[in-house]
Amino acid sequence: MKIVEAKGVTKRFMGAKVLDDVTLDIKIGEQIAMMGPNGAGKTTLVRAILGFYHLDGGRIRVDGYNPVKERVKVLEKISFIPQLPPPVKLSVSELLTFVQRSTGARKERIISQAEAMELDIEKHVEKPFFKLSGGMKQKLLIAIALARRSRLLVFDEPTANLDPKAREQFYGLLESLDYEHASIFITHRLEEVEGLVNRKIYMDLGKVVEDERI
Amino acid sequence: MKNIGLVAYLDIKESLRAKWFYVYAFVFGGLMGLFFISGITDSVVMGFTGLSRLLLVFIQVTIIILPIFILITTVKSISSDRESNVLEYMLSFPVSLKEYYWGKLIGRFATVFFPVIVALFVGVAWGLFKGGEMPWAMIFLYSALIFSICTVFLGIAFFISTIVKSHDIALGLSFTVWIILLAFIDVALIGLMMQNRISDDVILTIAMLNPLEAFRIGAIALFDPELTVIGPVAYYLLDSLGHTFLMLYAIFYPVVLGAFFAVFGYRAFKKRDLL
Repeated sequence: MKIVEAKGVTKRFMGAKVLDDVTLDIKIGEQIAMMGPNGAGKTTLVRAILGFYHLDGGRIRVDGYNPVKERVKVLEKISFIPQLPPPVKLSVSELLTFVQRSTGARKERIISQAEAMELDIEKHVEKPFFKLSGGMKQKLLIAIALARRSRLLVFDEPTANLDPKAREQFYGLLESLDYEHASIFITHRLEEVEGLVNRKIYMDLGKVVEDERI
Repeated sequence: MKNIGLVAYLDIKESLRAKWFYVYAFVFGGLMGLFFISGITDSVVMGFTGLSRLLLVFIQVTIIILPIFILITTVKSISSDRESNVLEYMLSFPVSLKEYYWGKLIGRFATVFFPVIVALFVGVAWGLFKGGEMPWAMIFLYSALIFSICTVFLGIAFFISTIVKSHDIALGLSFTVWIILLAFIDVALIGLMMQNRISDDVILTIAMLNPLEAFRIGAIALFDPELTVIGPVAYYLLDSLGHTFLMLYAIFYPVVLGAFFAVFGYRAFKKRDLL
């Protein structure tokens, strides 16, 4: 079953094509490593799937919904972890409230996911999110993403701030997910996610230049 | 629209911890404190005494500093979130753009409106303590005027914040808006009149379109129904449009203008790339 359908997707920034006629389907059960040099269009494609951009050409559907026009329905199905934790000024407790109320993911579940990565959230609930250490922020974002049990998980270099032990814990959590989903890992280091993925997509100059199922 | 209250509530909580909010609250609270200490309530200048003088001075200072405070603190709201990728993360949750934008606006309105209105009420309480009478008309008018000036500058700030992607440009633009509006209150208009290069109708139209001028006329008209201290443009407007119309205009025009800018800001937010 397709979760993402992208057909002839084109996006320009200041006249330059950043996505050039990208056609791509992602099915439930696929774990994708998305690779390519800087500026290849990986993050732009993911942002287009998340509904951040109005396309210059083509169309994207997530579970049949238009990411721009039906963004709430689309985002109910996607968990996203950005490359760098953003400097959110909300306290941890407020961020968890926002997540719980907007997505329905229970705080207890987020806390237990964080504990699996040895992060004790309850010690830090009153701290502003941006004052946590880089590793703690990343673990919390991962815990939030996994607690939502979304059908599509999008990770943009998710382990950049994690030490080797935390990386192993993160991969362990991914392997333990017990529901049907698809994942996209944007990465420069295939070896880190090689054991997790069953499809490799290589992008360059806004195009998909290689798409291999393993 | 279930998340609009949540976004507003979280924006208020975030603002209450921000340094700008402490400076903002301190400036308006401090102003009142300064007025008490300097004995404004006991002085007589141009016929204004006691509580009415205190509130007149407060509102005149408010005309100058409230707009720039609202503009520079609010233009950051969306543009700096966009620059720092906070917007990317927060909008990756299933919250509609309508809920996010209007929730932010409502939250920010509460944080810019209440410190000023609280300072006003503290001033009134002090005046009553010093033996003055409860100035109901003044309280009602000033509350309405502060509401309307907050609305217009919040609307303008959100509009700038959504159309400009760089935080620095947004700040520069908001400062320019403030300077232009400030320049075209009565003083600059008198200069134009004296040069006789522009017709009076144009000058009066500029005056009427300027929300700061509307605020200024409305604020001072209550003390000085003949507008003898406010300048010839305001005097002419009072003479041609009438006191009641001018007061209603001073309250409702900025609200309508602010709503107009806020709606345009929302349309830009919705129609353009979010990042």
